[in-house]
Formats: sequence, structure tokens, C-alpha cells
Amino acid sequence: MLNTKNPLYSTTDLQELTKRYSGKLLLRQEIDMTQDEFSSAIKHQLFSETPPFKSKSFFYQCQRCGNNKKYYLGTIPCAVCQKNHYYCRKCVEMGRVMTCTPLYIWNGPEANWEMHENPCTWSGELTSVQEKASKRMVEAIQNREKVLLIWAVCGAGKTEMLFPGITEALKMGKRICLATPRADVVRELFPRFKEAFQDVSIQALYGGSPDKAGNAQLILATTHQLIRYQEAFDLMIIDEVDAFPFHMDPSLPFAANRAKKTTSTTIYLTATPRKIHRKLVEQKKIPHVFVPIRYHGFPLPVPTLTLCFSLKKQLKLNQYPTPFLKWYQKRKNPSRQLLIFVSTIDLAQNLKKSHDFQLKVESVHAEDPEREEKVQLFRKKKIDILLTTTILERGVTFPSVDVAVIDASHDVFDEAALVQIAGRAGRNSNDPTGEVVFFHDGKTNAMVQAIRSIQKMNKRGEALK
Amino acid sequence: MKCTWCFEEIIVDVNWSTLIPKPPTYLCDTCENKLVKITGQRCMMCSRESKMKLCSDCTYWKEHYKGEDPLTSNYSLFTYNQHMQDMIAKWKYRGDYEVGKAFQSYFSQGFKQKFSKMKNIIAVPIPLSEERLEERRFNQALMLAEALTIPCEEILERDHSEKQSKKTRYQRISSENPFKLKKTINKSVILVDDIYTTGTTIRHAASLFKQVGCEAIYAYTLIRG
Ligand SMILES: [Zn+2]
Ligand SMILES: [Zn+2]
Ligand SMILES: [Zn+2]
Repeated sequence: MLNTKNPLYSTTDLQELTKRYSGKLLLRQEIDMTQDEFSSAIKHQLFSETPPFKSKSFFYQCQRCGNNKKYYLGTIPCAVCQKNHYYCRKCVEMGRVMTCTPLYIWNGPEANWEMHENPCTWSGELTSVQEKASKRMVEAIQNREKVLLIWAVCGAGKTEMLFPGITEALKMGKRICLATPRADVVRELFPRFKEAFQDVSIQALYGGSPDKAGNAQLILATTHQLIRYQEAFDLMIIDEVDAFPFHMDPSLPFAANRAKKTTSTTIYLTATPRKIHRKLVEQKKIPHVFVPIRYHGFPLPVPTLTLCFSLKKQLKLNQYPTPFLKWYQKRKNPSRQLLIFVSTIDLAQNLKKSHDFQLKVESVHAEDPEREEKVQLFRKKKIDILLTTTILERGVTFPSVDVAVIDASHDVFDEAALVQIAGRAGRNSNDPTGEVVFFHDGKTNAMVQAIRSIQKMNKRGEALK
Repeated sequence: MKCTWCFEEIIVDVNWSTLIPKPPTYLCDTCENKLVKITGQRCMMCSRESKMKLCSDCTYWKEHYKGEDPLTSNYSLFTYNQHMQDMIAKWKYRGDYEVGKAFQSYFSQGFKQKFSKMKNIIAVPIPLSEERLEERRFNQALMLAEALTIPCEEILERDHSEKQSKKTRYQRISSENPFKLKKTINKSVILVDDIYTTGTTIRHAASLFKQVGCEAIYAYTLIRG
């Protein structure tokens, strides 16, 4: 620990502190120092204070998470100051930001991250399409380009595609963050990255993660964790940039933006870009690269539409729509597992009991405490039919499934959701096709657009062959 | 207005009943319905859900004090189910003060039903240690006590802090009294805390009031843990 008697820190102490705190934006309680150690660090200007809120004409903005919504601004009578303070309810789960407690940023020397000679221990090979995209990413990093959008279809194998770019950044001694909206994905990626970069310090950060320090050169994190960083990363990779909650929650872009250095490269990954990104791509206003074909080279399954006349009536009675049961009995490959997407939790639970398939049927939703377990069982083929809400629309891979959407006309199934859902089928090279059927009682724009965009990608993929 | 827990908009039906003044609502119906009030048979001494008039905990206390239990009785409003545990964690441990406003509203309603007839009585919140207060910046028990219609006096203090949760039940029961009285009184008191678990904390406090001759010492807690 620190030698507080001696005003000068030893080189190793200082290096240690720099690694640990540079690029961080922290509350006092997140800095692991005794009061004496901390006072000394302040005296030597290793940290500087920054106000927790900024008042902008009519509102207060939390300087950690960026929230400026009034209903997230709490008031607390502080027993220490004997005054009322504002505090941020938006990010309170990660420690309370309040008006009487400043945020601290590292003010000491800049961190020098290791320049690895040959950091990549992954021995796999990329397809030519993957390679083209990853070369483009390497270029972007070398040329210090600001931003690159990688538009890669579901099942393109994007993780492996990132390896050359990350390798390049590590060679250059850069600090890297891969941020993704979901903790499941961080947990899944972590071992793969450790395997691929065995001598690089890597940490996984998510709510309740065993690693908390966040002082590694390569950080895999949920987007929420970025609220503790400022000016930290040279390379920022934002996975599923279109996914809820990233596109819904203004805090996340705010934090992601602050977490990267002024001169940094940002890579956006998406299979289903939102309008804003699609427009930028069409107008060629954002550098981008397509990966229109899956790693196994087969086209994406194109959904078919099936109209069900009394769909609402049957669902009200907790019955499967008749056309669905007809389709079910005549599936081309009945040995495939079946993934059924429905609009609500209640429907998932009620349908589960309503029909005797003589098979193991389960339902799953976001608040299901056994969610992880059921997904695992489905993966191991211990469950034959899984009824799910949109929570399984992305990030999960099952080798051989047919996919049905029941009540595809429902609002929750927007274009991006439907494309992602269709992308669950045919993921494995042993069974690269799979049926995808949208059961509906009225064609929506989302369905039509989803099919169109899948066909467009397939055409683009075909052209590459 | 938004639900103070889930931030969904609370939809208020506009009909004749909205004209009758009602206590403010802080939780939406969905969140409110996840809280479970103690309604069935309960231990008359400690409010634990129990078929027996005196539960096993209280039988223990009765023997322990040989009829000289300093606590007259405890009354609690809610069970400690998962949703309540989540809310308490955010309120107390994360320090989200606003969550407590939802509790204040239930706490004052419950008080009117149970204690309103009592006269010449004061509310005394169970204090935090100075260290803990500095960390949290508010005392959740004080927040609850302030919601009541009777005078609230902070006359208890806690002189050393120890993490209750880390001790075994036996250690907790036999541990020393962490409280002191700042002044003596001889009215009846209602001790206020967020949760009654083993009853040890409350009894430590109660015994001090008993020593100075208080007539009746009740406890009123949000949760029977
Ligand atoms: Zn905030
Ligand atoms: Zn609510
Ligand atoms: Zn009892």
C-alpha cells in the first residue's frame, strides 16, 4: 500500500495506482484507500474532484450516468450536512451520487499499457468474408479512424472477426473495451477471450461479477459498467448497438462516449441496425462493412407468413392457433427442437399447459429465476419445445431449431426483433437451414420489412460467392 | 406521477371516488400487489404469522425474562418476501431515500388503525451508529417515525457498531446492549424500526426505558422478518 509518511510515491506504487485508477470516474467509497492514504493522494494531486451534478437551465444532470430526467432526481435530507441534497436514482444501484459528495477522476500520470508482441493465441481461421471485415477493422485502428460500423448478419461469427483488430490494438499498447448490453453475453465471451489472448490481462465486468477492479488492459463489460469510466479506452467496441436498452436509454451512449479517449476508435457491431445507422450507411456518412453471410456460408432462413383468422380468439382461450398446429404436424424436419416466440409472459405460461405435445415443453421469460437453467436444458436437448418472450431473440445460439412466432402482428415484434428471431434458426453447419414461420392475424410493416431485409442480405451474400 | 419503484406511470381513474381525499400513492398497482401484508392469524406478541397466540420465539423470550419482558408487544405490517427484500436493499443499503416514502405512507396508515387511541405517547426511532449514519446519510427508522402523527424524539443513541448480520442467533441474543438513553422519560413509548427479526435489538432498547420506569413499551415495525 501507500507510504503516506513519505510524500513521494515509489515508482512501483505509482504505477500500480495509475493502472488501477486512470480512466476511472469514481465515488470516494469506490477508491480503496484509508482516509490518510486518500488525503495524501489528494494532496499530491493524484485525483481531482469533479462536481456530481451540472445544472443546465431547467434540470440537473448526473455527471456519472448522464441522467437528466426529473423523476430520477431524488431528494435526501443529509444527516451529515443537515441539508437537503439531490441524488441520482437512475444509477443509485452502483453507489449513490449526491450533491455533497464529489466524483473523483485520476489526475496522476497517464497509464502505459503493455505493447504485446504477439498476443493472439487463437488458432482458428476466418472465412474470406469474415477476413475482409476484420481487415477493415484493423485498418480503422491503425489509421486511428473515429468510427466503423460492422453490419454482420446473425450467425456471421462476429466474435472471431474481432480478434485481428484486438490483436492489432494490443500490439500498439492500446486499452480496449468491448461493451455489450447483456451480462449473459459478457459471461459467454469471457472464457473465449481468455482462450484467445492468454497472456493479456482481461476482466469481465457486470452487475455482481467476481472481478470488480476493472484495471485490465482488455475489459469486457455490460454497457452499464461504463458509467465508472472516463477517457479510458483507445478502442471501444460496442456490441449490438441497436439492442435494448442501449438505443432506449440515453445514459448508455452518454457513458460510452465519456469512457473513450478523445483520440479513439469506436467499432459498432449490429445485425439489425436502427434507422439512424441505416440512413448513415445509405448516405455513406458512416464508414461501414457488411458481413452478409453466415460463417457456414448458407443463406439466412427466410420467414414465411401464415395468416390465422381466429388468432386472438384462440389465444384468449389459451389455445394454439389451428394453422400453427397444422404446421407443427407437418414440419419438414420433426427432429428439430422448436422455439416459439410469444408476445407476453402470461401467454408463454398459459400455452405451455394448453396442448399435449407428448414432449417436454417449457416456458421462459425475463423475470424467470430459472431462466439460465432452462436455456441450458434446451441447449442440451433436454427440452423439446421452448416458449419464450422476446428475451431469447438475440445473444443465444441453439444448434438446430425451427422457429415460430405466434401473434407476430404484436407491437413487441418490431423489424429488428423479427430479424433477430429468424436468425435463431440454422446456426449450425450440420443443420444450416430451419423453418421460420410468423403466425399472424394481419400483416404488419415490421414483418414485411424483416423479410425484405433478410432477402436483401441473402442477395448480397450470394453476390460474394 | 411515476411509481417510485418501477418508474411506470401510475394511472389514476378519474371518477367520483377521486374526489374523496386519499393518502398519496407512491407505488403502482403491480408493485403494491407484490407486497404482502400480514393479515391472517398472528402472534399477539410479535406479529409473526402464527396459528398459536404466542409463537415459539415469544415463548422463548417469556422464559428468558421470566415474565419481566421489557417489550409490551410488537406490531408489524408486512412480511419479508422477495419483493420487500429488494425494496429494503435499495432503500437502506443503496441509500435510495425516496423508496422510503412509499413505506411512510403505509406506515402512517397502519398507525392510525392500530395505535391511534393511545394518548401521551412518543415515537422513538432505533438509531444507527454514527459511522453507519455517516455512510447512509439517513436513518431509515427515523424516516418511518417521522411519518407518524405523534411526537418523535431521538433519545436513543448507539455507542458502538457491530454488524448484526454476521453474528449467530445465539451471539445476537446474548450480546451486550449497544444503546444508551440521552435523557430519561416516563411516558409510554413506541419504538420504531424497519424490521423486527429476532426481537433482540428492540428488547435492548426497550430494557433501557423499562429501567427508567416507562409504563408501556411498544414496538412498531414495517416488517416482521
Ligand atoms: Zn446517475
Ligand atoms: Zn411500480
Ligand atoms: Zn411471537
